[in-house]
Amino acid sequence: MVQFSEEKLNKVKEIMARYPEGKQKSAVIPVLHIAQEEFDGWLDVSVMDYVAELLNITPIEVYEVATFYTMFNLKPVGKYVLEVCQTGPCMLNGSDGIIQYIKDKLGIQAGETTPDGLFTLKPAECLGACGYAPMMQLGKTYREFLTKEKIDEIIDELRAAAKN
Amino acid sequence: MKLLLEHAHVEGIRYYDTYRKHGGYRSVEKALKMTPDEIVEEVKTSGLRGRGGAGFPTGMKWSFLAKPEGVPRHLVCNADESEPGTFKDRYLMEFIPHLLIEGLIVSSYALGSNMTYIYIRGEYSWIDPILEEAIAEAKNNGWLGKNIQGSGFDCEIYVQRGAGAYICGEETALLESLEGKRGNPRIKPPFPAVKGVWGRPTVVNNVETLAAVVPIINNGGAEYAKIGVGRSTGTKLMSACGNINKPGVYEIDMTISVEEFIFSDQYCGGIPNGKKLKACIPGGSSVPILPANLLLKTAKGETRLMNYESMSDGGFQTGSMIGSGGFIVFDEDQCVVRHTMSLAHFYNHESCGQCSPCREGTGWMYKILKNIEYGKGKMSDIDLLWDIQGKIEGNTICPLGDAAAWPVAAAIRHFRDEFEWHVLNPEESQTRNFGLAHYADPLPVLAGDA
Repeated sequence: MVQFSEEKLNKVKEIMARYPEGKQKSAVIPVLHIAQEEFDGWLDVSVMDYVAELLNITPIEVYEVATFYTMFNLKPVGKYVLEVCQTGPCMLNGSDGIIQYIKDKLGIQAGETTPDGLFTLKPAECLGACGYAPMMQLGKTYREFLTKEKIDEIIDELRAAAKN
Repeated sequence: MKLLLEHAHVEGIRYYDTYRKHGGYRSVEKALKMTPDEIVEEVKTSGLRGRGGAGFPTGMKWSFLAKPEGVPRHLVCNADESEPGTFKDRYLMEFIPHLLIEGLIVSSYALGSNMTYIYIRGEYSWIDPILEEAIAEAKNNGWLGKNIQGSGFDCEIYVQRGAGAYICGEETALLESLEGKRGNPRIKPPFPAVKGVWGRPTVVNNVETLAAVVPIINNGGAEYAKIGVGRSTGTKLMSACGNINKPGVYEIDMTISVEEFIFSDQYCGGIPNGKKLKACIPGGSSVPILPANLLLKTAKGETRLMNYESMSDGGFQTGSMIGSGGFIVFDEDQCVVRHTMSLAHFYNHESCGQCSPCREGTGWMYKILKNIEYGKGKMSDIDLLWDIQGKIEGNTICPLGDAAAWPVAAAIRHFRDEFEWHVLNPEESQTRNFGLAHYADPLPVLAGDA
């Protein structure tokens, strides 16, 4: 059953209190972020329904938001999602080559997950790190000034982290 | 001249004690002794213009705020920085978060907002805790909460994360998102100043704009207006990227030349590997790209300066815009067709889908550009692109349509022969780039060329 921990439920309450009375729908995006973190990095329909119930809004109000914003994953993703920026300024600094290198190294195409369930490659649009290009978002961090060698290091680091 | 980033490199400036030691929160002390209207007047006098991209005078925007009896008003900070090439707000929030909080408190007092929101793009997820911590520190020291410094003014600041949508940088889309909806821009009027978040009068300002309120109140609007030139008063944060030696965020006063900005070691430090400057998008991906010759000098032959007026000298025919300050530099080896294709993909991806010219047009432009880039284009495609962009511009609810149209229009206007070369040389264009050609001709004598 989909259920937040006591701690997360308190966080949800705290978020709902940030808005004027009767405007708790505003909490939907922050709560979906918590839900995605809590439930394996993606939003199953049961999870979205649970969020709707928490906020006392209809499920469709949650679905229409979850489908609009790119950070919400609507199908399972790998343990690590490599979101490599491909927009203009990153492109000028070689993001095409970085994305190709990851595809070749991991044997996956954009949007796919490795068979071991560790890595998903998700090319992204501008992430606001244009001066530190090429770059990727990895969970809550940015990895910047990417090179092929740095990609090797990151993949090794994540493989090691997954074992622990 | 540094007003915003003066203390950005001080160790520990992220934290309250250090920030306060360096003069932090003085503007709040001063502001609380003024009336809200006096603050609005100071901001008007300063000539401050919105730093998000549009450059609308901030004081005027504030004076439009409706004040119906008994209806709460809100200030919302637009930290949804998503314009390709732009990463200045991130820098400010990450390294000197209290400056934004301080500016927000003063501005909230001026506008009468007791509940103020920072809407930050979802991907800046590590900055959210930095802001939360700064807010908590400010609150612990009596700068937020009930009856701030005994003034009778109450204010809370909340951070709201988005979840990946460029369109939410458009102020009405941002307000929709803050209400927990899809980021579909609203039809205006009514403007947010009358009917904003939850139907209440709302002011939406960019991070840098709100931070600039701090020196304006500290030194007075008239002092602020003395910096810069003409209607480009104060300082501007520029985020420089692309093919330059020193990418990063720079605070400039708007009197320096574009040439100095690109080639001096104080700023971008020139083009790497001894290459030549081909082109530049000076104010975020939406503004027109300029070839080197028109970038460094206006069509009239005057030195082009880093400010609102000079950058737009010549209109879209031979000028551009300073926009959000996202300064994207191209060296001689870059392909304008490929870059335009990349931007077309971006705008297609980010279109909310509400208006058909934008929803259909951005995808169509991307497909055509992809064909040209990959050697499958026809000569008539170039005219078709021109036609499509012209039919998107001005025909959508929000400026995303214009933002998608302008880069394509400017690329064709200034680099048409590069597009034609792709069409005429489908095989060769797959193996090499068009190069510098005549875009920088006559080549100016540049400091960095030696």
